[in-house]
Amino acid sequence: MNTKINFAGIEMKNPVTVASGTFGYGREYSQFFDLSKLGGIITKGTSLKPRNGNKPPRVCETASGVLNSIGLQNPGVEYFAENDLPFLRKFDTAIIVNACGSSIEEYVELCKILNTLDIDGVELNLSCPNVKEGCMAFGNTYDGVERVTSEVRKVLDKPLIVKLTPNVTDIASIAKAVEDAGADAVSLINTLLGMKIDIYKKKPVLSNNTGGLSGPAIKPIAVRMVYQVAQAVNIPILGMGGIINGEDAIEFMLAGAAAVSIGAGNFINPYISVSTVIGIENYMKEQNIDDIKDIIGKVKMN
Amino acid sequence: MANLLLAELVNKVQLKSDIYKFSVKAPEIVKEAKPGNFIEIRVSEQTEPFLRRPISIYNLDKENGILEFIFQVKGKGTSILAKKQIGDKIDIIGPLGYGTFKTEGYKNIAIIGGGIGVFPLYELSKNAKEDNIKVNTYLGFRNKENVVLEEEFNKVSDKLIITTDDGTYKEKGFAINFLAEDIEKEKIDAIFACGPLPMLKAVQKLSIEKQIPCQISLEEKMACGLGACLGCAVKTAQSPKEAPEYVHVCKIGPVFNAIDVEI
Repeated sequence: MNTKINFAGIEMKNPVTVASGTFGYGREYSQFFDLSKLGGIITKGTSLKPRNGNKPPRVCETASGVLNSIGLQNPGVEYFAENDLPFLRKFDTAIIVNACGSSIEEYVELCKILNTLDIDGVELNLSCPNVKEGCMAFGNTYDGVERVTSEVRKVLDKPLIVKLTPNVTDIASIAKAVEDAGADAVSLINTLLGMKIDIYKKKPVLSNNTGGLSGPAIKPIAVRMVYQVAQAVNIPILGMGGIINGEDAIEFMLAGAAAVSIGAGNFINPYISVSTVIGIENYMKEQNIDDIKDIIGKVKMN
Repeated sequence: MANLLLAELVNKVQLKSDIYKFSVKAPEIVKEAKPGNFIEIRVSEQTEPFLRRPISIYNLDKENGILEFIFQVKGKGTSILAKKQIGDKIDIIGPLGYGTFKTEGYKNIAIIGGGIGVFPLYELSKNAKEDNIKVNTYLGFRNKENVVLEEEFNKVSDKLIITTDDGTYKEKGFAINFLAEDIEKEKIDAIFACGPLPMLKAVQKLSIEKQIPCQISLEEKMACGLGACLGCAVKTAQSPKEAPEYVHVCKIGPVFNAIDVEI
């Protein structure tokens, strides 16, 4: 049975990765399992300079999901390179850095540095809904996505994945912009913009008022969007949004994802990514599928 | 190091109409846990409610590997938890938090708690007493019906003051006022606190005025409990308002030096 895939030039032993912002830089979860069991790790959103993040409360629970407005708190790329990357490199897994910025110049500067580091790829964050500048401000128009992606492409030789926001009218056209601008892959979906109100205080629960919704609540939307994007582009898709087991992962792969990410699920069960790998293998055994690649995009529409 | 266990519920006591004490067999957690650590409980195998519930540790029975926690039924998660029966397995991660109560070097400590914030102070008080530290305990409750664990704290305190806001039981008023009066008299050399935010703010202010080291246990809305999601942020006291810097309850805390955080 083969679960290995080559995702946009990145060799992965299985198609399961962990999503940015839900797994830190790996240390916290390494106390539970050997991170080498994962196909890849996508780091916390990392910027050129350290970012402090938003005022608390930053998280709140919703029906089968969680709203967050962390605001990209991170120690900056320099700190990452010195302190977190050497730790992550101890494990036999692909390391992909989620890169975020407030301007095109910042994205370019950051990616110049990332290009010199011992990492397997970059996931360009054009989709965080919780910061005022950059990110989703670029990610929700064709032109914005096209501009940032093509400028970054000029300075980055490593595999370039662009993470898309679902908070758009037509995600397939945005994905097409990414492909046209020279990216190697797309990842989707980032969180859906949401809000929860405390009815007694008559105020939003999150200090930032709105936040990004993730967890099983968003899975059907994510599966639909992965399918739509798969019809529109030829570059591979990293699918995510509410995956908590092997069956969920298979759904995304059938819809067209070549690999998947586990996000909010890490919060409820630290072993969820490894149990998803086992779940995928069990499905393959049960269905007599020898090669994982035979699942990708194999949904038969009615 | 945190462990994930399916811990057997070996004893369940209803302390009040909405407050339960659970004893679970969790030797791996008990072995490593320190006063001030907390645990995270997944109350259901389903995705609803979704997140784990952070709950403080009340008592560690090191000899028998039994962990005790006390919780108040407040919402969906704690309602489900309260229905667990003896013999049921509870999905627990712990011990969590790196900032714990540290009493080394002190001789006369004050422990102050309010309401359901008194629970994590018991293990601290018990350990301090075993280390021959003089323990002065001040516990505040809203009224007589809310007073809990008086007998238990009495056993692990050299002096115990119980207050109620309305005076329906023991001393009338706020626990902080009784602590303030005692600071010089009892030669208090450190303060340890857990309770509602107004109480913690008052304790923080008092400790700074009197220049007494003070450790406070904080809570904040939390997702992972492990230090990965960066949800449970608290502003550092040193950072300016225009450029606030944050530390995290599950990582640096839940116990902080009172001078280090803005609450």
